[in-house]
Amino acid sequence: MTDQALKDLGDAVAATLGDDVLDTVIKNGELAVRVRRDGILKVLAVLRDDPRFLFKLLVDVCGVDWPSREERLEVVYNLLSLKHNVRIRLKLTTREGIVVPSATGLFSSANWYEREVWDMYGVRFDGHPDLRRILTDYGFDGHPLRKDFPLTGYTEVRYDDELKRVVYEPVKLPQDFRTFDFLSPWEGLTNVMLPGDEKAGAAKTGSKA
Amino acid sequence: MVAQLEAIEDKPNTYTINLGPQHPAAHGVLRLVVEMSGEVVQRCDPHIGLLHRGTEKLIEYKTYLQAMPYMDRLDYVSPMAQEHCFVLAVEKLLGIKPPPRGQYVRVLFAEITRLLNHLFTVTTGILDVGATTPALWAFEEREKLMEFHERACGARLHANYYRVGGVAMDLPAGLAEDIFEYMETLPAFLDDMEGLVTGNRVFKQRTVDVGVLTMEQALDWGCSGPMLRASGVAWDLRKAQPYEIYDQLEFDIPVGKTGDCYARYLVRVAEMRQTIRLIKQCLEKMPQGPVRLQDHKVTPPPRAEMKRSMEALIHHFKLYTEGFHVPAGETYTAIEGPKGEFALYIVSDGTSRPYRCRIRAPGFSHLALLDTLSRHHMLADAVANIASLDIVFGEIDR
Repeated sequence: MTDQALKDLGDAVAATLGDDVLDTVIKNGELAVRVRRDGILKVLAVLRDDPRFLFKLLVDVCGVDWPSREERLEVVYNLLSLKHNVRIRLKLTTREGIVVPSATGLFSSANWYEREVWDMYGVRFDGHPDLRRILTDYGFDGHPLRKDFPLTGYTEVRYDDELKRVVYEPVKLPQDFRTFDFLSPWEGLTNVMLPGDEKAGAAKTGSKA
Repeated sequence: MVAQLEAIEDKPNTYTINLGPQHPAAHGVLRLVVEMSGEVVQRCDPHIGLLHRGTEKLIEYKTYLQAMPYMDRLDYVSPMAQEHCFVLAVEKLLGIKPPPRGQYVRVLFAEITRLLNHLFTVTTGILDVGATTPALWAFEEREKLMEFHERACGARLHANYYRVGGVAMDLPAGLAEDIFEYMETLPAFLDDMEGLVTGNRVFKQRTVDVGVLTMEQALDWGCSGPMLRASGVAWDLRKAQPYEIYDQLEFDIPVGKTGDCYARYLVRVAEMRQTIRLIKQCLEKMPQGPVRLQDHKVTPPPRAEMKRSMEALIHHFKLYTEGFHVPAGETYTAIEGPKGEFALYIVSDGTSRPYRCRIRAPGFSHLALLDTLSRHHMLADAVANIASLDIVFGEIDR
């Protein structure tokens, strides 16, 4: 699929759906469309049934967390059209406390995907028949794929031989969890003068001659 | 509560049983809560997540190179296919392409992995409906195939062989010839196995018209791979959206007609025969040359060069501490994995670690189907359905 064909497709989608489409982006040979949250069902229905699109397969629904944004949670839908052999990606934003219309009425595959997004990110889907947690433990608290959820989690389990059952306890690490979050190995050395560094300043002042 | 009571009163003869999570027919750690009426399944509710290891979260804390081994541990029956998807996704973001030989080696092992997967799935599926022999035979063949894995990269299962920009190392001398020789013998094994199973009356009674999936249902539930093809949709990403060198290879797409467990079995067996064709073509056409990009901003320099060249040493150090930076952007890259469309949605923020790495596992959407497939079937047929879905919990629970 060439970028031009994708652009035509994006324009057709935008023209058909009007206000529900916020913008279309083509990058890396892929078409991504930002849509209005409340218009998602209309967009999905048109994309599925309009003979120009026929995106019959909802292959994936997932979340992304952007803590610095006002509406921090993003829900991403990936659709595939077998007829036209093309993919499209829909994105909408939300935050905790705002529900997203559930796509289960249009695509059965949305059922488990939305359960997973709810489990991992805490996005509530309105109209979902069975919005339970899916991957985490029974009685789990929190939404683990959010960026502010620690990698180690909060609880750990072990079998207690006296109580004869599995017990939950706060995570105890023998060594603090370390993230080597320096983007450059040199980053820790910002204010250190290394032998020879004085020459760098001298060069700027024009002592070259 | 009232609604629940009414539901129970409506169906006075139903009872609920719990199958798994430790059960030989559960293919791993599937817990199935089944509501039954007599021996007929009224509703089944798969409880998954017992193997959830937080792969997606862990990858956010790893460089792209460090994230590679996690791919093997998703679907541990077909490890290299996932690695393939990962390197393709990262290469797409980086805008690079591996040298031709690297591409051929990758496709070669992706197809060997498909054989590994189908030998496992088909024969354990047969085991679930009552025949032991094919599984014993196939595991011997799998062992031979895993030896090829071992000779190429040193590991039988968790290969960690693919690299962004190619593969970790070239094939050792003699391996290509041995694989070719083995592929000459494999069709005979498939014939033997099919002789036992395909026409077998008991096998057919257990699978024909069991778990019928129509084309509309398959699309509605987001099916892919053999599940979709067995329902009559001729869709294969290797043909439709060719990646790597698949457009230069000749192969056919087997398509089923009936969409039942038997059709899924036939499609997988036919796919194995096509895979043998693909592997032979790969070996015949494989060019000479490097297997990895020579751009040392992405791939490490040779060991010998590091002893002499300061630049090579710096490249090596930077690659293994900081990792290479991937330009900001996002991609949804899919491959035709042995189980179906395996895809990664990677969001990069321009650093050396993925901001988000969503793993789209085919087994996840297939397992969601189990309730629809198994309703009003006998419990034993539900087991046949589970087997024909080709599920592995490494990828479903991630």
